[in-house]
Amino acid sequence: MSQPMFDEMNASPSEVRAHYQNYARWLAQQPEEVMAARREEAEMIFRRVGITFAVYGAKDEDGAGTERLIPFDLIPRVIPAHEWKSMEEGLVQRVNALNRFIHDVYHDQEIIKAGLIPSDQIFQNAQFRPEMMGVDVPNQVYSHISGIDIVRAPNADGVGEYYVLEDNLRVPSGVSYMLEDRKMMMRLFPELFGQNRVAPVAHYPDLLLETLRAVSPATTAEPTVVVLTPGMYNSAYFEHAFLAQQMGVELVEGQDLFVKDNFVYMRTTRGPKRVDVIYRRVDDDFLDPLVFRPTSTLGCAGLLGVYRSGNVTICNAVGTGIADDKSIYPYVPKMIEFYLGQKPILNNVPTFMGRNPEDLKYMLAHMDELVVKEVHGAGGYGMLVGPASTRAEIEEFRAVVKAKPDGYIAQPTLSLSTCPTYVQSGVAPRHIDLRPFVLSGKEVQMVPGGLTRVALKEGSLVVNSSQGGGTKDTWILED
Amino acid sequence: MLSRTADHLFWMSRYTERAENTARMLDISYQTSLLPQSAAVAQVGWEGLLVISELMPSYTAKYGKDITPRNVMDFMVRDESNPSSIGSCLRAARENARAVRGALTTELWETQNATWLKLASYLKTRDFERDPGAFFEWVKHRSHLSRGVAVGTMLQDEAFHFYRMGSFLERADNTARLLDVKFHAVQSDFFGAASAEDQEYDFYHWSAILRSVSGFEVYRKVYRDVITPERVAELLILRPDMPRSLAASMNEVVNNLAVVANEMSGETQRRAGKLKADLQYARIDEILSTGLHAFLTQFLDRVNELGGRISRDFLVPAVH
Repeated sequence: MSQPMFDEMNASPSEVRAHYQNYARWLAQQPEEVMAARREEAEMIFRRVGITFAVYGAKDEDGAGTERLIPFDLIPRVIPAHEWKSMEEGLVQRVNALNRFIHDVYHDQEIIKAGLIPSDQIFQNAQFRPEMMGVDVPNQVYSHISGIDIVRAPNADGVGEYYVLEDNLRVPSGVSYMLEDRKMMMRLFPELFGQNRVAPVAHYPDLLLETLRAVSPATTAEPTVVVLTPGMYNSAYFEHAFLAQQMGVELVEGQDLFVKDNFVYMRTTRGPKRVDVIYRRVDDDFLDPLVFRPTSTLGCAGLLGVYRSGNVTICNAVGTGIADDKSIYPYVPKMIEFYLGQKPILNNVPTFMGRNPEDLKYMLAHMDELVVKEVHGAGGYGMLVGPASTRAEIEEFRAVVKAKPDGYIAQPTLSLSTCPTYVQSGVAPRHIDLRPFVLSGKEVQMVPGGLTRVALKEGSLVVNSSQGGGTKDTWILED
Repeated sequence: MLSRTADHLFWMSRYTERAENTARMLDISYQTSLLPQSAAVAQVGWEGLLVISELMPSYTAKYGKDITPRNVMDFMVRDESNPSSIGSCLRAARENARAVRGALTTELWETQNATWLKLASYLKTRDFERDPGAFFEWVKHRSHLSRGVAVGTMLQDEAFHFYRMGSFLERADNTARLLDVKFHAVQSDFFGAASAEDQEYDFYHWSAILRSVSGFEVYRKVYRDVITPERVAELLILRPDMPRSLAASMNEVVNNLAVVANEMSGETQRRAGKLKADLQYARIDEILSTGLHAFLTQFLDRVNELGGRISRDFLVPAVH
C-alpha cells in the first residue's frame, strides 16, 4: 500500500526539517558505540531506579516477578514552538468544552435538549453515572487531569496535520515517563540542552498540586491532598508513588481511609487526619463498595456520600467516562461550538459510527481499510487494524460488529507520522503519537509537551506500552 | 504520618536487619566448620542455627532429619518457603520499600532496589555456593549501606524514627536468640574445670560468637583479658556502648519511641522503659545465677510483646 508518509525529522531522504537540523547535525557526529553505550546506561538506570510497570498476567521466565521496563528511545521527538502554540490553544479549548459537557450532562442536559446528541447515547451508556445527577463540584471542573492523545498524519498535500485520536478523562497515566524521559536525556546528553532551547517540563508536579488545591472543598483553607493508589501491584504504581513524592503528599490505599460524620479521614500514627482532596488513580467502579462494586477493597466505604455532600473532592470527578467514551468522541467538535461558540482548533479523526445505518454499511464494506474500535475498549485491546489484519481476522470482526453495531466505531487508517528510532538494525522510522497532560483547576494549564509513545515494531500503529510500545523525550523548541 | 507507611518502614528495616543477622550466623557456622574439629561439634553449630530461628520443624519437614551444611545453607539462604531465609528477608525488605518508595529518599530506595536486583542474580546463578564467605560479607555490607544511607539522607521525622525502631527491636531479638542458643550448646561444662582440649574448643566457641556480632575486637578493647563466658554475656547483654548488645538496642528503641509518642502509646513506652531499666541496673552475676536461659526467654517475650504493642498503637491502629 502506498500511503503518503510523514516523518517528523526528514522531509525527504536528503532534507532534514528546519526544527530538527540542530539535532540531526549533532546525531551525525555521534559514534555508534557511544550511542550504544548510552542506551545500555539508560536501561541500567531505569532498572536501578525501579521505573517499571507490571504486565497483567505475565510472568518472567524465572517467575521472579512481572516488573518490566518501558523501552526508552534516545532520539527525541521535536515540535517547533509555533506548532505547539496552536496545539496548546486547541487543547485548552477542547478540555474546557469537555468539562462544560460533563457538567451539562449531570445538570440541565442542554445539549440533549438542543438535539445535538441523542439522549440514548448518554443514558444507555455504561459510563453515565446517575449518582452524579445534580452534584455540584468545585469550579464545575470534572476532568482535572486530561490526557489527550494526538497523532499527526499527512493530508492530501502531504502536509502533516494534527488530529485528536482520543480523550482520556478518567485516570490517564504516563506523565511520570514524560518527566523521567527528560531527566534521562539530560543525564545522558547534557550538551544537547546547551545547544537547543528545550522548554522545561519538570514543574509538572507543582502545577498538579496547584490544580488539586484549587478544587478543594470550600470548608478548608489548608487542604490536605492525597494520592489514592490501588497498591504496589498496579501497573502504574511507580507513577502513583512518584507523583505523591514529587508533590510531597501522602500516597494512600483504600484501607488507609475511612468515613466518619460525613468526612473522609486517613489513619495516621497520630490518629485520624481529615482528607480534603483525593487524586485517585482508581477507577469509578472501585471507589466505594457501598455504591459501586460491593467486593472492591481498593476504595473506601461511604466515600461517595461524603463527595456528594461536597466535603471531599475526588479528582478526576466520578462520571467523567461519559465524555471520553469512543461513542461520544465524534460529538466533541459539536460540543466546542455549542458551549464555547468557537470553531474547533484541533481536528477530530473522521469517524464512522456503527449506530448510523449509512456508516455501518460503509464500515462493513471497507473493513480492510479501516481501524475498527470497540467503543468501551482501552489500552489497544478490542480493536482491528484492517490493513494489518488477515482475511480471517477481518471476517471474525465483521461478525462481531454486525451482531452489535452500536458497540463499534471506525476510522480511516491514519498513516501516523514517524520519527527516527533506534531498532535492532540501526535507526529506522517508527510510528509515534503524543499525549499532553492538561490540568484544569482554577484555569486550564499544562507543561509544554507531553509523552511521546512509539510503536517499536516495524509498521505497527499500536503505541500502547501493554502492546510493546516505547517512549521518547518530547521537545518543544522555544523560539 | 500514614500508619501503613510507618508499618512498611518498620518492617523494611526489620527484614534488612534480620537478613544481616542470619548472614552473620551462617558465616560463623561456615567459618567454624573450616576449623579442624570433630564432626559432632560442627553439627552442633548447624543445628543451633536452625534452633535460633525456630526453624527445626520446617527444616526437617523439607530435608529430613539429616542436617548437612549444604542443606542448611540452601534452606537459610535461598529457600523461598522459609520466611527467615536471607532471600525471603531481602525480598520482603524490598517489597516493603517499594510499597512506600515515595516516603524514602531516592538514595535509600535505590539502595534497597539494587540489593534486591543483585540478590536475584546471586540466587539464580548460585554464585554464593562457590564462596559463601564473600556472599555473607556482601549481605552484611548491603545492610550497613542501607542503614548508613538512611541515617545520612533521611529527614529525621517520624518516618525515620519508625525505621530506626524496627532495626533495633529486631536486633535486640536476634542478639538474644544468638546468646540463648550458643550458651545452651555448652551448658554442660559451663562453669566446670574443663580439659585443655575443651578449653581450646571454648576459645573458638566464644570467639566465634563475638565475631558473629563484630564483637571480638571490642571484647579485647574492653576487657584486655582472656575470653570468658561471663564477660561475653556481659558485653552482649549489658554494655550500652556495644552496638549490638541488648542494652544498646533497647536504648535506641526507647529513644525513638519517645519521639513518636501519641495518645495511645503511654503504656508501651512504660514497658519499653522498664525493660531498658532492667538491663541498665542488672548485674551479670545476678543474671547468671538465676539462669541465663530463663532471663533470655523472658527478654524475648517482652521484646515480642513490645512489637505487638507498637503495631497496635501506631502501625495498624484499630478502626476509629
